[in-house]
Amino acid sequence: MTLLEIESLSVSIGTVQIIKNLSLAVAAGEILGLVGASGSGKSMTALAIMQLLPLRARTSGTVRLQGQILTGMSESALCGVRGRDAGMVFQEPMTALNPLMRIGDQVAETVRLHRDVSLGEARRAARETLELVGLDGGHGAPDRLPYELSGGQRQRVAIAMAVVLEPPLLIADEPTTALDVSTQAQVLRLLKQLARARNMGLLLVTHDLAVVAEVTDRVAVMHQGEIVEQGATRALLRQMEHPYGRALLAAAHLDPKCALLRAAGAAPVLEVRDVVHEYPLRRRSLWHSTPPLRAVDEVSLEVHAGETVGLVGESGSGKSSLLRIILALERPQAGEVRLCGESLSAATGSVLKRLRRSIQVVFQDPYGSFDPRWTVQRLIAEPFFLLDSPPQNAERRRRVAAVLEQVGLPSADAQRYPHEFSGGERQRIAIARALVTEPAVIAFDEAVSALDVLVRAQILQLLTELGERLQLGYLFVSHDLKVVRSIADRIYVMKEGRIVEQGSVETVFNHPRHPYTQSLITAIPKLDG
Amino acid sequence: MKGFGFAAGAAITAFFVGITIVAQFWTPYDPAALSIIDKLHAPDWHHWFGTDQLGRDVLSMIMAGAKNSVGVALLSVVIGVFVGVPLGLVAAARRGATDEIIMRGNDLIFAFPSLLLAILITAVFGPGAVNAIIAIGIFNIPVFARVTRGGAMQLWTRDYTQAARVAGKGPLRISVEHILPNTAGLLVGQATIQFSLGIIAEAGLSYVGLGAQPPTSSWGRMLSDAQTLTALAPSLALFPGLAVLLFVLGLNLLGDGMLRRERSA
Repeated sequence: MTLLEIESLSVSIGTVQIIKNLSLAVAAGEILGLVGASGSGKSMTALAIMQLLPLRARTSGTVRLQGQILTGMSESALCGVRGRDAGMVFQEPMTALNPLMRIGDQVAETVRLHRDVSLGEARRAARETLELVGLDGGHGAPDRLPYELSGGQRQRVAIAMAVVLEPPLLIADEPTTALDVSTQAQVLRLLKQLARARNMGLLLVTHDLAVVAEVTDRVAVMHQGEIVEQGATRALLRQMEHPYGRALLAAAHLDPKCALLRAAGAAPVLEVRDVVHEYPLRRRSLWHSTPPLRAVDEVSLEVHAGETVGLVGESGSGKSSLLRIILALERPQAGEVRLCGESLSAATGSVLKRLRRSIQVVFQDPYGSFDPRWTVQRLIAEPFFLLDSPPQNAERRRRVAAVLEQVGLPSADAQRYPHEFSGGERQRIAIARALVTEPAVIAFDEAVSALDVLVRAQILQLLTELGERLQLGYLFVSHDLKVVRSIADRIYVMKEGRIVEQGSVETVFNHPRHPYTQSLITAIPKLDG
Repeated sequence: MKGFGFAAGAAITAFFVGITIVAQFWTPYDPAALSIIDKLHAPDWHHWFGTDQLGRDVLSMIMAGAKNSVGVALLSVVIGVFVGVPLGLVAAARRGATDEIIMRGNDLIFAFPSLLLAILITAVFGPGAVNAIIAIGIFNIPVFARVTRGGAMQLWTRDYTQAARVAGKGPLRISVEHILPNTAGLLVGQATIQFSLGIIAEAGLSYVGLGAQPPTSSWGRMLSDAQTLTALAPSLALFPGLAVLLFVLGLNLLGDGMLRRERSA
């Protein structure tokens, strides 16, 4: 029997139709991937199945789970269904958990809501499920609080909460988007195992075709609220009929950039020499001093003009600390950062201000990197503060318009506010802000991780063009090896504060020497697995 | 439902603010004029809220008293904002020892029961509106310092404050240009709540005779004067009591509504 059956489901909010006449089925034990760009309605579909749509939404059509019709069911009856008959895992593991509750209790709470069992029994079920998802002993003990866990571990807790009642259906909405590659691989493997072992239907909502290729049996591609293509994963990834499906597939194949030959012997624009950064740790014992945490351990790297350097490492590898030092937001305890031949790490006052013009940054979160109360004009012009005589009025507007044009946005956008733009457009604005002081180096902190594949491909294209035209040095910090491979000329791999491997993209990808690099490369989800 | 509370709060607040402004120019009778013949009238067409034991018109006294309440509460909020907000901004921007000193200083003020200390201050420096303003204002300082610091700490983790640092701006400039405007919504909500607490505090101080002195009308003193006559003329205590209650309720609904909007934004 089909486990989940959606028949001609339509959802609209106000006058906007978000899902159009969608029909979909998931069988027991089947893993179905629902793929689409952000805004395609895939998350709304997931919410519609659970009847968790916003109150203003109007729906038609039927959702049938194990034969019961969920559409139009009373809220109290639905509360019984959610969790027991269908579990759900969300994208953001940081906000999905109650920060003040021990993880074992959070899982046990789900059990107690649906089953009339004692606290002790619920706790036992919670502990068993936590072990099942790979959280046992040490860091995963049930009495841990969410802040003590890493992102991947929190996502495992969220999965434990969703599967503790052994629901026949699990809906996972972008469950690995916020995680780094090796964690992503582990979580995907876990989801696949659970589906197989329990004969559980799994609806995996994602924008990443590679994730789909890795895990799913069947794929449905969504575009503007409609399913434009669906079929068995293998066959579909080989041949897509619909133009949107093809574009998605092409964007997912990020091919290595052809390496440009660097002018040999030229001095690097950015040079990092033996930089060390330590954080003091809390004293554990009265008699023994706790050694400080070496977040950055004698790291050296260089970036030449016109060159893109990738810095790869998982969260916690020290790459963010290193970036803060390179941006002169923090001072290294040892070593030196040199920018255009001058020492940045020792600079103060007006020298620092002058040097800062030559290095700018683009952050990860296209939503958090702008003051929501400022216009784009004012935001882009902010780095003019670094100039001794900042351009005024007409000249200021002209220069802002010029950088907007360089990143492919109309100059009229200068009068608008950041919330009026999409994620990809905001990232263009962030690049425009970085360009406005005509820097020699731009650092990218996971700058394309939050974008969906099509937009990501466009931004990477833009960066490549700008880098070649303006001879910019890029330092591309990311956990996503695939992205780094597609844009970088050279790569540094960082682990536990040290650079463990470096070299040209081809060398590192084709002949990784360090076991850590090898494991990172094998963890990348592949389209043709 | 949320929208209703906010709207009701806004309407009540606007009503009382309107009365305060009208009382500036006109009251039905002179609130200080004694007329012993007319003493203790029950509410009627001439005196809507009746008259007190000295024949003064209660409606006029309440209108004039609103002026006093609003003035004292407003100025005490101003003291809290002008001292507390900068302290909160500095604490969040500097962190470390500065933060520690400022926040422990706040805890020190919080540790004292506010109304008791306000009574002490006015008792030592003499009763009167000015000393009441200062006494209430001092207790608003740590409230605004905390709210500002809390909001600011969150904003300091946003990438745009980092972007401003990469643009060479110092903590002080970032606090003024980015942090303050983005905490303004929280602060306005909090100011409304503190304003209502100021009205209660002022009424309390006047009730024990340490607020504004006669002949200035004040809701707290009207209540204490009416106390001995409760059996004879219950309406005397009813109207100023209702005025305090309604105004404080309105301000709280308004402030809560604003804070909720700010948090959900």
